[in-house]
Order: sequence, then C-alpha cells, then structure tokens
Amino acid sequence: MTTYLTSHSPVLMEIIFLAGAALTPIISLIRKKLAFWWALIVSTLGFYFCMLAAAELYRSGPLSYYLGGWRPPYGIEIKFDYLGAFAFLILLLNIIIMVYSKKYMEHEISEDKLPIYYTLVLLLVGGMVGVTITGDIFNMFVFMEILSLAGYSLIAITEERLNAMASFKYLVMGALSSLLLLVGIAFIYNVTGSLNMADISLKLQQYGASTTAYVAVAALIIGFTVKAAMFPVHIWLPDAHGLAPSPVSALLSGLVIKIGIVGILRIVFSIYRIAGPINFSYLLDVLAWFATATVIFGAFFAFFQDDLKIILAYSSVSNIGYILMGIGLISVSNPAGSVNAMLGALTHVAAHAIIKSLLFLSAGAIIYKTGLRKLNDLKGIGKKMPITCMALVIGALSITGVPGTVGFWAKWYVINGAFDSGRLFFAIAMLVGALMVFAYYIKIINVIFFRIPENLTAEVDEAPLSMLIPIVILAASCLVYGLFYINPMITNYFMPAAKSLLGLAM
Amino acid sequence: MINNEIIAKAYSSINYVVAVTLFCIGLYALIIKPNLIKKFMGLNIIETSVFLFIISSGLVEGGIAPIYTKTTPANPVFVNPIPQALILTAIVVAVSTTALALSLMIKLYDQCGTLNANKLKELR
Repeated sequence: MTTYLTSHSPVLMEIIFLAGAALTPIISLIRKKLAFWWALIVSTLGFYFCMLAAAELYRSGPLSYYLGGWRPPYGIEIKFDYLGAFAFLILLLNIIIMVYSKKYMEHEISEDKLPIYYTLVLLLVGGMVGVTITGDIFNMFVFMEILSLAGYSLIAITEERLNAMASFKYLVMGALSSLLLLVGIAFIYNVTGSLNMADISLKLQQYGASTTAYVAVAALIIGFTVKAAMFPVHIWLPDAHGLAPSPVSALLSGLVIKIGIVGILRIVFSIYRIAGPINFSYLLDVLAWFATATVIFGAFFAFFQDDLKIILAYSSVSNIGYILMGIGLISVSNPAGSVNAMLGALTHVAAHAIIKSLLFLSAGAIIYKTGLRKLNDLKGIGKKMPITCMALVIGALSITGVPGTVGFWAKWYVINGAFDSGRLFFAIAMLVGALMVFAYYIKIINVIFFRIPENLTAEVDEAPLSMLIPIVILAASCLVYGLFYINPMITNYFMPAAKSLLGLAM
Repeated sequence: MINNEIIAKAYSSINYVVAVTLFCIGLYALIIKPNLIKKFMGLNIIETSVFLFIISSGLVEGGIAPIYTKTTPANPVFVNPIPQALILTAIVVAVSTTALALSLMIKLYDQCGTLNANKLKELR
C-alpha cells in the first residue's frame, strides 16, 4: 500500500487539492463550518503524500511521474526534484496558516463566505504545488493562472473599502505578466518543438543559441519577476499584501511571491542551464543590479508607512531583493565558486517564507484583537498581548538577520556569495539594506513595547489559543532552526539542491 | 523610402505584423486610458494578439489535420495541433480572468463610487 502510494505521491499531492477545492462547496452544504475541517483534512493528506515523496527523494533521488502512462516528451511529466521539494514547505506552512485562519476568518467575513474562502485557499495551494512540481512548461503556466486567480479573489474576499482596488491592480499586473510567460513559452516551443522541460533542455543544448531563445528567456524572466515583485514592478504588492486578510497575506507574502523565484530558477538553471549555449552573464548582472534597487527601495518606502501590515509588505519587497541578489551573483564562468550565492538564495526562500508568515500572523492576531492597524494606535500593545508581541519581535529579529535566527544564515550565505565573486559593492548594498530594515523594525518594537498605551481599551488580551499556537510554532522554528538545525538542513537538502541547480557533481 | 522588399516581407508574415500592432494598441489602452474597463479591454486586446501570434505560428500552408484516413494522400503535410490545444486552454484562462476582473469592477464601483483610475489614486 505504502509503495503504491509512494509511486503515485507526486500526482496525488496535486490532485487532492484540486479535487478537495471542487468538493468544498458540496461538503459545506451540510454545515458551513465543516468547510474548515474538510480543508484541514485535505491539506494534511496533501502533506502526507508530500512527505512520502520527500522521503523517496532523500532515499533514491528525484521522482518522475508520467500522467496517464504517456512518456515524455509527448505526455505530461510531474517531477519531484530538489526544487520541487519546495512543495514540502508550502504544504507545511499551509497547515499552520489554515489552523490560524479558522478563528480569524470567522471574525473577518460572514459565515456564507467561509466555504468560498477555503475553496480558494485549496486552489491557491494546489496551484503553488503544481508550479513547483510540474515538469511541463505549459502546465506550469496553467497552474500559475490557477494560483493567481485564487490569489486575486482572496484579496477581495473581505468587504473593506480598498480591497477590490488592490486586487484589481494585482490582477492587471498579474495578467500582463502571465501573457509574457505565454509568449515566452510560445517562443520556446517555436525553437524546440517541445513542452517537456527535460526535453527542451536537451534540444536547446543541441540547437545552440538563437535570437528566439534569447527573446523567450527575456519574456519569461520579466514575467516571473513581476510575479516575484522585483523593484520597478513591485507596485501591486504593498496594497495587495497589506490589505488582504492576515492569513491570506501570510500565504501570499510567504509563499506566492516565492513561486516567481522558483520559476526563475526553473527557467535559468534547469531548462536553459547556465553552462548551456545561451550566455546568461549579462542577464544575471542586470538581475543583481535590480535586486540592489529592490533591497534599498523596499526598505526605503517602508520608512514612510504607518500601517503595520503595509510595512511588512514593503519588507517582503526588500527581502525578495536578497533572494534575487543571490541568484544574480552567480557567476556563469565559475559555477563551482558561486555555491554560496545559490545556497543563500535557496535558504532565504525558505527562511523568508517562515519569517514572513510569522510576522503577518502575529500582526493579524493584533488586528483581530484590537481592530487597529496603524502603528500610532498600537502603542504599548506588548503589555496586553505579550506572547503575540514576543513572536512579532522574534520575527523582526530574524528578518533583520540577527545571528542565531534563521534569517541570519540566509543573509550570511548571500553576502559570502558577494565576497566569493569579488563584488564588494553588492555586499555593502546588502548591509545598508539590512541596516535600513533594522531601523524600521526597531521602530515597530519600540512602539509596541516601550510606549504608553493611548488608544487601547482595557479588555484587550491575548489572542485565542488556535491562533496563538501557530504563531508560537513559527516563532520557535525561527529560533530552533537558526540555532540547532541549520547545518543538517544545509548538508541534507540545500547543498544538494544548490549543486544540482548549478549543474555540479553532488 | 520603403522599398518593395520590406513590403513583400511584411505581407508574407502579415500575421506577425497584425499581432504586434494589436499588442501595441492594447498596451496603449492599458497605460493611457483612465477608465478601468477600457484598461481591461486593452488587456483583452493584448491577449488576443498573443493568441493570434501563437496560433498562426502553427499554420503550414496547404497542411491538413493530423488524422490518418483512407483519403489521406501519400506524403501528407500535417498542421501541428499543439498550438491550437494550448490556445484553447489559454482562452479558458483568459475568460476566467475577464469574468473575475469584471466582477471585481462591480465591487470596486460599489465601494469607491468611481472607475476612474486618476480619482481612485486620490482615495488612498
């Protein structure tokens, strides 16, 4: 039974979410509140299948699954490789955020809308898992659209005044970037006549560089950087992530923008390959410069905000800059010497997912209890909600990269990558960015702990247990992973992942 | 002066010329028009241009559908069906995006009372 499940686990963890999403409205015909339990069961099963696949990946390397038994390049392939193992993190965080969202969403939206919410969350997670594990480039586009459409609707699910506008802004940018992805895929198909990633990779090596292949990679990279919110095209992010309900912000900021990064890694490192015919040195250079701008400007704009969640949203922009910097610092001529940069990018994808979920969830708990979101109104909240605010502080320290937290290691490797490639400017830019981030998180910590309460009513107390436990788990994992488990994680997962993406021997 | 060679080249690849023109028209509407519905119509025009581009790149002159029957000639020229299958999927995606965008606009008009992008900017 287990071997049967293991051999089918890549497709099962995808199908369970799509089927689960379709069944949610039917289940909730019985009782509206059943939708939560159903979604939790589906998520847990999905996580179980992912664990089976991850164990198999650890034991015997990447898994391939052919849908309907059609072999590639004709059939659709699902591939659970080292990059696909990002699905593990997605599904784990999804369960934590879902437990949290039970109380929060009952408070935020009317009971009629709860089934819609859980349907959309399952679709969003299914789309994310699909993009990370698919081995077919057009399939990736379709899953990207599934997750984007679910994301747009989730932002507009509340009745707040500006949410529909934020969602619409995200939709226009997202739809345009999806079209760019489609154009890129069409160009790749025109060059290679194939849609399977492994097959495309082989044929690109055979046919050599051509203008069409260059245009394709340009369109795809621009499309994915919009999804990942790089500096000049980040304008949709602050409103969308800041105004969405907090569990949705956690999903969007923690995971959805990382899907853009996963897309870039797939295109550049596993389809085109940096050792391949196309010269990526200029593109990576440009990416590094834009990443610098993203780090600095993301932190800079956050200074002038007084809305807690919009500050967190801008901090996501800044952190996406660090990840892109790690990718941009990889040197094409010397892949073996850029392991650190790649390691930094991959570690930060995971670290930022955990930290930003933690930050948004604890900010959400404060909003849930007080109904206030401006920093000035939240003076002295730390005395009323000590556990939530301590978690917020741990998240803030992690994201600034204080040694001993998980965020430190990510930034450490990216900065080491900058030293390895001998480009000190980028290391300095990252330090400046880190200082700016530190400054505005100090501002938050100062307001919530060291000011005298003004607007708070006396009855504000700690958040309910079902919201507190996810927050505490995430805060603990920031510290535990940063202090004790970072080395095993890196040797067992991140190092092989970085080496396989760079095309080095294990 | 435009010489005949360029005109002939443009004529022979008229589908690409039309696709690029449509793309530019759509992009113009998306960026310049203040009305959100017109902006979204611009996006739809861009979508159409991308579909036209992909589907016309799959055309082979004098090609037939890739199905073997008794009347299929000895050395058949087949048209690749994959671009059509891709575009069919992409059209479904585009339709759902459009439906979502239009319903968002209804909600937006209810909440903000305007669909003018310039006025919406002042609301924040």
